[in-house]
Amino acid sequence: MTRTITGTDRLPVGALLSDTVVIARRNLTRTRRTPQTAVAAVTSPILFLVLMRLVFAGSIHVPATTYVDYLVPAMLIQNVVFGGLQSATGLALDVNAGLIDRFRSLPTPAAAPLAGRSVSDLALQLLAAVLATAAGIAVGFRFHAGALSCLLGAGLLILISLSLFWLFAALGIVTRNPETIQSTTPVFFLFLFVSNAFIPVATLPRWLQGFAGNQPVSVFNSALRALTQGPGVALALGHDTTYLVIATVAWCAGIAVVSAAATLRFYKRM
Amino acid sequence: MQMSEPIIGIAGVRKSFGRTTALDGLSMQVAEGAVAALLGPNGAGKTTLVRILATLLVPDAGQVTVAGIDVVRRPVAVRGVIGLAGQHAAVDQTLTGRENLVMVARLYRLSAAQARRRSEEVLERLSLTSAADRPVRTYSGGMRRRLDVGASLVGQPRILLLDEPSTGLDPAARLELWSFLRGLVAQGTTILLTTQQLEEADHLADAVTIIDHGALVTEGTPAQLKAGLGYETIEVALADPAQLPQAARLLESLAEESPGIDGLAARISFRAPPAAKPLPSAVRLLDRAGIAVEDVTARRPSLDDVFLSVLGRTAGGEIPAGDGIADARPA
Repeated sequence: MTRTITGTDRLPVGALLSDTVVIARRNLTRTRRTPQTAVAAVTSPILFLVLMRLVFAGSIHVPATTYVDYLVPAMLIQNVVFGGLQSATGLALDVNAGLIDRFRSLPTPAAAPLAGRSVSDLALQLLAAVLATAAGIAVGFRFHAGALSCLLGAGLLILISLSLFWLFAALGIVTRNPETIQSTTPVFFLFLFVSNAFIPVATLPRWLQGFAGNQPVSVFNSALRALTQGPGVALALGHDTTYLVIATVAWCAGIAVVSAAATLRFYKRM
Repeated sequence: MQMSEPIIGIAGVRKSFGRTTALDGLSMQVAEGAVAALLGPNGAGKTTLVRILATLLVPDAGQVTVAGIDVVRRPVAVRGVIGLAGQHAAVDQTLTGRENLVMVARLYRLSAAQARRRSEEVLERLSLTSAADRPVRTYSGGMRRRLDVGASLVGQPRILLLDEPSTGLDPAARLELWSFLRGLVAQGTTILLTTQQLEEADHLADAVTIIDHGALVTEGTPAQLKAGLGYETIEVALADPAQLPQAARLLESLAEESPGIDGLAARISFRAPPAAKPLPSAVRLLDRAGIAVEDVTARRPSLDDVFLSVLGRTAGGEIPAGDGIADARPA
């Protein structure tokens, strides 16, 4: 009959990091044992890329570069968005299975189950990016910028994935339903297609150009093109590399801060 | 009951979801080392209360403490002393039993080595060692449920919260779970469980709290609650259903209220105070009238009877059968 308080109000400093690793490993074990979804997610960009290259390369002309060089960076960004939808679905399934409730009742930081998901899904996205790039190279894609610039591009891609994750995490936590998440796909298609991903913005109707040229997906596409194809390509597309990198980082920071705050709030109050 | 130092203290807790009131000023206490059963029909507020105790929900009003810790002000501290097994077995189907336990143990802040050791111990206690390295999706429902309870045990919680632990289990698996839970209690764990099965509360609980519409209906030990009813239920089966009305008229003199007639089974049931020796009297009355009796049984009040009587859910004249609330509740 003691009233001793065995609990502690503050979790140890390393808890977020170690629990993120625990959850990420769990997700990756899951993926290894039930690889169907992941295999589809990782291979579909290859198919998409090769098809786009074969079908459109002859008819779409882009300034200062070849169509396949223009296309591959955009495919990598598209990967991140599709990967994000998978993350949202994965979280929704965890909510439905009662696992999120389990995690929430344990002395683990609220951010750990979410951060763990972002890390495991980033790993899958990077695998998809490597495969898509390799497929791109097979159909004519080349890096035309220096190694350092390309590495910066890879770093930027990781930043974009980790930032957008929180947006998709909010979607997964709030909807808790894979079908509802599926039904939001058109919104993401809007951002992917009304952009500079597959065509130069100048070919769009004038009233669409403002949105299409400046929305985040286009900024991300341009930044990756600039870093992998060289500053000349970036300038031909309308912006210098520095501007594009800063704009990308700013979009990422904005999206991450707002949606991570919202996601954690939902998570704690769900 | 002596509850000078309740390990769970709930005072005036309220919780609404939109316009639905889930908990309406509920107060109750659980003594350390006890098994407390929270009994109530669907929508009574049982799950809401468990979720508040597990820090998953914040109450709108009232005070809730677990091991003396306020669940609203210090949720992280509460999480270190509780284990939760919710309504569905919250284990990862693709992981093995062992992997599930180690994961949860790590999140209980055990080191990797400690987590492995604790998981091994729990697997042994759950008799799951031989299945430990199989994916959970190959487990039976009973094994999955045991693993789920086990996952909440790897952190050695002082208080185990179980929301309808035997839902979906076959009778054998349910008995297995009960004996496992009794073992835990013997080692000093306090258990709060919700159930719709009166039998479960009767088997396991030291204290039963009946709630409905988010408020306390009655509480006490199973024995106290049954004693409070003060009657026996007599069931008489006749050889000839045609004699049912006549028999019912005869038995009316013994019964507290008019007897219930089940025409299909040719049965009559009625309640009477034990002092009236209703069983021999009934047999004598029917015998004298020349009515052939197939079978007669006297039943001490069950928790079913308590439940039905306090919630007022017995439809007049219906036999209060012992198979759960769902049947007795009007749709």
